[in-house]
Amino acid sequence: MRNGVGQLPAARRQRRHVLDLDDFSVPEVEAVLETAAAMKDVLQRPIKKVPTLRGKTLITLFYEASTRTRVGFEVAAKALGADTVSVAASTSSVTKGESLIDTIRTLQALGADFVVIRHHQAGAPYVVAEEVGPGTSVINAGDGWHAHPTQALLDLFTIRERLGRIAGLRVAIIGDVLHSRVARSNLWGLTLMGANVVLCGPPTFLPAVGFGDGLPWNLERTYHLDEALEGADVVMLLRMQLERQTGGMFPSLREYVRSYGLTEERLARAKPGAVVMHPGPMNEGVEIDPRVARGVQSAIEDQVRNGVAVRMAMLYLLSGLPA
Amino acid sequence: MPEPGEKRLLGADDIRRAVARLAHEVVERNQGVESIVLVGLRTRGLPLARRLQQRILEFEGTEVPLGELDITLYRDDVHQRAPRPLSPTSIPVDISDKTVVLVDDVLYTGRTIRAALDALIDLGRPRSIQFVCLVDRGHRELPIRPDYVGKNVPTSRYEKVAVRLEEVDGVDEVALIAPAEAIL
Amino acid sequence: MIRLVGGRIIDPAVGRDEVGDVLIEDDRLVEGRAPNGETVIDVSGFVVAPGFVDLHCHLREPGFEDAETIATGTRAAAAGGFTTVCALADTRPSTDTGSDVEALLVQAQRDAVVRVLPLGTTTKQRDGRELSEMADMAAVGAVAFSDDGRAIRSASLMRHALEYSLLVERPISSHAEDADLAEGGVMHEGPLATVLGLRGIPREAEEIAVARDLALARLTGGRLHLAHLSTAGAVDQIRRAKAAGVRVTAEVAPHNLVLSEAAVADRPYDTNARTDPPLRSADDARALLEGLRDGTIDCIVSDHSPRRWVDKACEFDQALPGISGLETAFGLLMRLVHNGTLSLAELIGALTRRPSQAWDLPYGTLAPGAPADVVVLDPDQAWVVDPERFLSKGKNSPLGGQTLRGTVLLTVAAGRIAYRNGL
Repeated sequence: MRNGVGQLPAARRQRRHVLDLDDFSVPEVEAVLETAAAMKDVLQRPIKKVPTLRGKTLITLFYEASTRTRVGFEVAAKALGADTVSVAASTSSVTKGESLIDTIRTLQALGADFVVIRHHQAGAPYVVAEEVGPGTSVINAGDGWHAHPTQALLDLFTIRERLGRIAGLRVAIIGDVLHSRVARSNLWGLTLMGANVVLCGPPTFLPAVGFGDGLPWNLERTYHLDEALEGADVVMLLRMQLERQTGGMFPSLREYVRSYGLTEERLARAKPGAVVMHPGPMNEGVEIDPRVARGVQSAIEDQVRNGVAVRMAMLYLLSGLPA
Repeated sequence: MPEPGEKRLLGADDIRRAVARLAHEVVERNQGVESIVLVGLRTRGLPLARRLQQRILEFEGTEVPLGELDITLYRDDVHQRAPRPLSPTSIPVDISDKTVVLVDDVLYTGRTIRAALDALIDLGRPRSIQFVCLVDRGHRELPIRPDYVGKNVPTSRYEKVAVRLEEVDGVDEVALIAPAEAIL
Repeated sequence: MIRLVGGRIIDPAVGRDEVGDVLIEDDRLVEGRAPNGETVIDVSGFVVAPGFVDLHCHLREPGFEDAETIATGTRAAAAGGFTTVCALADTRPSTDTGSDVEALLVQAQRDAVVRVLPLGTTTKQRDGRELSEMADMAAVGAVAFSDDGRAIRSASLMRHALEYSLLVERPISSHAEDADLAEGGVMHEGPLATVLGLRGIPREAEEIAVARDLALARLTGGRLHLAHLSTAGAVDQIRRAKAAGVRVTAEVAPHNLVLSEAAVADRPYDTNARTDPPLRSADDARALLEGLRDGTIDCIVSDHSPRRWVDKACEFDQALPGISGLETAFGLLMRLVHNGTLSLAELIGALTRRPSQAWDLPYGTLAPGAPADVVVLDPDQAWVVDPERFLSKGKNSPLGGQTLRGTVLLTVAAGRIAYRNGL
């Protein structure tokens, strides 16, 4: 018998911001996943809207372009009845050199209950969180290489939806780990929920000095794709950016594809029924073969759909005064 | 058993009889079970609705569809308290053109029913909505009235009405709980 | 005339550690004699030491007066117990010529409350292309040359700088950092940088540059001074180079000795903990301390780097590096004394005799006849750091809210009281 009409565990009640997954407890993650399931229900009704956050305003402040994440948050907010305003840094006075703090102060004065920020520099959401008033929650939609907590939450949701559990699974994260906030947030989330993670990528993207001893996560590392795929329940692919080539970090896309591109043939090394995931946008033909992307094992579209439900859950769980 | 400071209003037998009477009233008012959908609210409305469904099956021979509705997302006090966990909402049939019979344990201010009406209307367009409550304790804050009442219990605002059901609490009873200060 | 009575006099330059009086006449220290109507200050129970000598301090004037001025910076120095500060040349305009040096000295004459010794740039505008007029600058008072803030990328230019400096027998202070390896980096490269998603600067960025500079010092016979060290590897290399007779001296800042990269994460992404070179691991700090104690590292400097609020209240990548360190240096360093890894006398020596010796400066001692630069210290008094109350314009410190044990009670610079707190 569940705790009925009870309060959520104490740790949950205090949360005001979602900046990283590193301070989530297991009960908190469970609360998000359960609430997301209920939200997914709402999204399947004829009227995909509830009045829960009516009168609240959510502002998306994106310093980096993004379709799926920004739209995901906007749809989530609207489905909960909130109003949304989107600020794309390239069109605002930010390009005139307005500092982050000045921008936040302006948005505050205009009245924001939620600020969803995506920024190219790690730590920027923390600056925002310091600056906003007591009635505002800040959600990190991706800050440089550091974190993308809602992505990791929707990835956890998708994994559990497909495979029924998270604990004990072998999850291979493949690609440019060094520059990936998706990898970092998933490391927090997956290890918290008891999965076993193996990181795989070219050595320049998994340098020993940063990925050796002293990390807060228990993980395996390998430079070889086949080793990582062996027995994997989940294969999570990261986007390879072309600029890294010119940065001297790997010689060519062709070589990357040969060593790390996930083809149907290589996918067969993973467990039967292994789930393939990608945070998007994909470079089809580079890190993932188009047939795999559209194949039965691909949960990529689920990720996008679940993204809305998980973000709705997060907004809902952030609303309300701390008890 | 009621705790000290509580007064028992209904015992297990009283509840059984009330449920039987309510089931008959619902069928009589609607002239049969043709297009009825029972929808239980929150924790204790659902087992009550299931009992009504059971009674109706016994004397009409038909199993009326039964659903559950969580109104948390429609509450008007969402921002005044920490977020509550969500329960499932699942109604096995399309409610459009049906007579939805909402079932809850206690009717008090009426705000829960108001939220339930909004939720139902977002789910479809019922022909009509009726409402069964086991206990009506008065003190309405909105113009909501029940169609079927198990027992009317006048209360003061400081008292609490506790409905306990076997399925949830292990016992069937309705108790009136005096406020802590009222040791007169 | 001032007499400081009853203090515990610690003067490593003459091997002195005993209770006694210190007598100041005009701007000199004089031999003890009978009292004669001078101002008497009772300092019993406290420590009396030579005023600290800082070989590395950014006063920001001319050009960056919103961050600091000679007036405010020297007041902060006095509050930190420093009676001599060597001012880096990364001003605007940079100190490239004799007249720049003279202008600075004139300004200091007017505004400074402690002694200011200017450094000149090694290369014009610190561009790393052409040597600055070292002879001209040395003639009017420059004590050393440095492009600090920037590394000299060209090995051949660094070679020429070391060779040319022999003309004036002044050290070339090198900001030893391989610019390519360090590029874009904002903190120490390691697991913490990985978790925070910040680009790191590997130790090797310093080690490679130190190796290069030591080799060039050996080649040329020039006087190399290595600034603000941060790695264990650098210490090892310098130890070997000194043993082999290379003319090298080295300095270390309090934050690299006492703090570690954890300071960046204590308050998440604390820009006040962003420094160049970055705060590294506890192992590096230990090696630096060992190097200080065995003479491999010659002295402690403040590396005082005041910043405007706007240059720190921003994203970590955008923040300018630096700690406003003059006023917390002594208290922070006292953590090493209190935890038993450094003695008080060693600490005082590293702040007085040894920096003076490294650059042939006639300061850092209380011997009679020496300039009257004196500091009175309470090694035990606890205080809570509040950057807003710093005398420096720079409030950028990662120590805000922390408790330090060790305060400066009185600072006398050239015979005049420059700072007084509680005495």
